[in-house]
Amino acid sequence: MSARDTILRRLRERTDGPLSAPESDFAVVTHRGWSAEERLERFERLITSVHGEVLHVTRDDWTQALAQLLSDKGVNRLALGREHPVAAEARAALADAEVELVDVDRAIESWQREQFDRVDAGLTSVRGAIAETGSLWLWPTPDEPRRLSLVPPLHVAVLDADTIEDTFFDVVEAHDWAGGMPTNALLISGPSKTADIEQTLAYGVHGPRELVVLVRHPKGA
Amino acid sequence: MMDATPTVQTPTVQTYTPREFHRQAHDALGNPQIRANFRKAMDGLMDKRRDVFGDWDLETLRELGANIRLRALAKLPDLLEQLEANCEANGIRVHWAEDGEQACRIIRELCEARDAKAVIKGKSMVTEEMHLNAHLEAAGIEALESDLGEYLVQLNEQTPSHIIMPAIHLNTDEISGIMHDKTGLERTRDVDVMTAAARHQLRERFMAADVGISGVNFAVAETGTLCLVENEGNGRMTTTVPPVHIAVTGIEKVVEQLRDVPPLYALLTRSATGQHVTTYFNMINSPRKAGEHDGPEEVHLVLVDNGRSNIYQDDELLDTLRCIRCGACMNHCPVYTRVGGHTYGTTYPGPIGSILMPHLMGLEETKDLPTASSLCGACGEVCPVKIPIPDLLVRLRRESVGEGRGNVPGAGVKRTRTEAAAWKGFQWLATHPSAWRGGTAVAGKLRALAPARLGPWTDYRSAPKPAGTSLHALVKRHRAGKDTGNTTGGNRGEHDS
Repeated sequence: MSARDTILRRLRERTDGPLSAPESDFAVVTHRGWSAEERLERFERLITSVHGEVLHVTRDDWTQALAQLLSDKGVNRLALGREHPVAAEARAALADAEVELVDVDRAIESWQREQFDRVDAGLTSVRGAIAETGSLWLWPTPDEPRRLSLVPPLHVAVLDADTIEDTFFDVVEAHDWAGGMPTNALLISGPSKTADIEQTLAYGVHGPRELVVLVRHPKGA
Repeated sequence: MMDATPTVQTPTVQTYTPREFHRQAHDALGNPQIRANFRKAMDGLMDKRRDVFGDWDLETLRELGANIRLRALAKLPDLLEQLEANCEANGIRVHWAEDGEQACRIIRELCEARDAKAVIKGKSMVTEEMHLNAHLEAAGIEALESDLGEYLVQLNEQTPSHIIMPAIHLNTDEISGIMHDKTGLERTRDVDVMTAAARHQLRERFMAADVGISGVNFAVAETGTLCLVENEGNGRMTTTVPPVHIAVTGIEKVVEQLRDVPPLYALLTRSATGQHVTTYFNMINSPRKAGEHDGPEEVHLVLVDNGRSNIYQDDELLDTLRCIRCGACMNHCPVYTRVGGHTYGTTYPGPIGSILMPHLMGLEETKDLPTASSLCGACGEVCPVKIPIPDLLVRLRRESVGEGRGNVPGAGVKRTRTEAAAWKGFQWLATHPSAWRGGTAVAGKLRALAPARLGPWTDYRSAPKPAGTSLHALVKRHRAGKDTGNTTGGNRGEHDS
């Protein structure tokens, strides 16, 4: 008998007989009832409390803010996608800037060393954010692969203010995650960190040292 | 300042054993550094946990967490089959292992199939449980831990002393010394410098690794999703950069549906380190798909039983399998916080280890662990999924002296004929009034002969002495009107109070 069959048989033929499954009431993880302002305030407070930076921009001028940010942070080489409107707009706006744009839509094996050693920042869109915990949620795509938010020392994420929802549970339910999961789904809440050395917090242990969220508001908001 | 690559050579891990619990506890209690390191860390963790649940209905959330875990266990065989089917449909190959040895063999064969020489590992307690690193190293495959705490204890040729914070027993100076001796880093007290050095060293290893091995926090049957909780990003690196990812999990980690995950994740991060959320929550559904540019070409899931299906047989012991490995029970345990994790000599230390390890190793090896508790109840009170740990400790104490159902490996190992006979005699005396009265009267007369020392019990207490006159005799005298007005004199000062 295979290990699989042995294990399953032991679980099915339980000495103390079948177990009954209790009902679950999920009310405690939903129905926060926050307004849009409260959601934004809470998201910003929590993500900045774990060393994330938030910049408020408008949909019209966000690429100028991005260019300024890259200049301030001394970014020479920025990795980004091509198709997502965030990547497309950034490419158009940065075409004449001093920043070198690095294509990510190529097999990683051909540029792994380059990605680790020579890329200063990665720019990604996000699908939304979670107010309760100050988290971004991303479903990486071929256009914006998963390492884009992991390997470069600076991660710049572009978030639309109206995509912040209350809780992780709400996001999973409202967007029917169970109906079709991507290869990889991610929550990101701040830059990489550790407290393994005598409980002292240090950032950038393996992933990005810095996370900057550009929160885009409608013009005039 | 920093060396390009660390000189990590197949280390031999220092071993502690649960058989030596008392000696190891004695050593730890006499080590001021260990005491101070744990005290400081655990006090901080207790405060942070308390504060982070401030605006939550914690009891309702714990109730939900417990229900979700119980529901998953109630449907466990069906959910494991569903998980397998959905993982396979997603392109994740699923393997089953009855014990640690079989799991190690499966993983080694997967590595050998890719001609792997270097493995990078994310934190995984189940691989500690099966001594995977030693197994791989014996086969000529280097297994390097990438979680900073795990990396440090591996450099120091030790095992983790806490399931969430593996290097909690080391202070900054000790870690500086380890990094200096093993990687050539200049001695420093600057944590940022040490962290940057580790980043540099490990990034080379992520790129060079043939296989990445990780644990799993929750495996979702409904979607075939593997969830990983972490702060550092080493888990994402481990599961994304090497061409092969092997995830290893105990069979109890499965949950029924995706909506079960948010409440458990909320409980886990807050209970473990007092964080609202961890930096990363990584949900893996499949290997790299056509058209995608990064991620592993192969993903495997190894489902490990290793004694869990045995725990599953018993209605009471089953609660042990609810555990979501947050470590809150150890952070709040007055025994763990004083003796530290190595003292237990087991993969899982503290209260959860004391109820889990007897099943995995047998009570012959672990008979002292269920007694490593004052039964103060703190572990049960903080457990996010409401495992009645104190009740289970008592159950295992009963099993160890042969008074339970006898279905725990090694049950009855602590039973001695003399102790059993002594209690039988006491039972007889206590249920025969005239013999009892005669016995207590004789004991009262011979009280000068009572021993002053009663083994370790009197190390920190004075030995009890029978009263000159029994309470029964005093009451009788009082009722007969012969009371001299000094009725309690016979007892005063003679009992430890």
